[in-house]
Amino acid sequence: MLRRNPIHGALFLVVNLGSVAVLYLLLGAEFLALAQVIIYAGAIMVLFVFAIMVLIPGKEETGPDPLRSQRLLALPLGALLLFEIGLILHSRVFTAAPAPPPPTGAGGIESVGRLLLRDYLFPFEVTSVLLLAALVGVLALAKRRVG
Amino acid sequence: MVPESYYTALSAILFTIGVVGVLVRRNPLVIFMSIELMLNAANLALVAFGHRAGTADAQVLAFFVMTVAAAEVAVGLAILVAIFRLRRRLSVDELSIMRW
Repeated sequence: MLRRNPIHGALFLVVNLGSVAVLYLLLGAEFLALAQVIIYAGAIMVLFVFAIMVLIPGKEETGPDPLRSQRLLALPLGALLLFEIGLILHSRVFTAAPAPPPPTGAGGIESVGRLLLRDYLFPFEVTSVLLLAALVGVLALAKRRVG
Repeated sequence: MVPESYYTALSAILFTIGVVGVLVRRNPLVIFMSIELMLNAANLALVAFGHRAGTADAQVLAFFVMTVAAAEVAVGLAILVAIFRLRRRLSVDELSIMRW
C-alpha cells in the first residue's frame, strides 16, 4: 500500500487476497475461498487494474506534499490503532469464550448453500437487487458524458 | 491446526494497514484498494469467529460483505471515471465537487 506506483499495490493486493483465500480453506470454508478467488481476485482486481490503466497518467503524487506532517502522524496513529485492536482481542470478551464445539461438517459448500437459500433467502434476494442497482447506477454514471 | 488468535491477529494487522493506507495516500484508487483490504480483514475475522462458534452463518455474512464490496467498488470506480473526465486529474484533496 505504500508503493508509489498503484499498479504494484494492486498486484500485492492480489497476492494478499489469494493468501486470505488459502486461510479460508484452512478454516474449512471452501465456498468462501472459491468466492474470494472468483469475486475478489477475478472481478474486482480486473476492475482495479483496468481503472488504473485508464486513469493514471504516468507519474502521480509528485511535487511538494501539502500534508507532510499529517502523513508522518499517520504511522504512529496506525500503530496505536493496532495496539488497541490487539487489546480488545485479548480482553475477556474474546478469550473467555467457551471451548469450540466440534465443527460438525459446518462450512462445507452444502451447508453454506442450504443456509443461503433457506434461512437467508431474503437477504440473498436483497443483495441481488443491490447488484442490479449498482449495475444501473454505473451505466448511468458512465454514459452521461458521452451524449 | 492454526489457532484462531493468529487469524484475528492477521485480521487486525490487515485492517491497520488498510486504515494507514486510507490516511496516507492521496490517490483515490489506492484508497479504494485500502478499503477493500479493510473489508477483507473484517471478513477474515468473521470467518475465524464463525469457525470457533462452529456454524456456517458467518460465512454467509462474509459472502454478503463480499457482494456489497463488489457493488461499492463498481460504483466508486464509475464515479472516479466520471470525475476524471471532468477534471483530468485525480487527487482527493481537490475533490469538493460532490459537496452541495
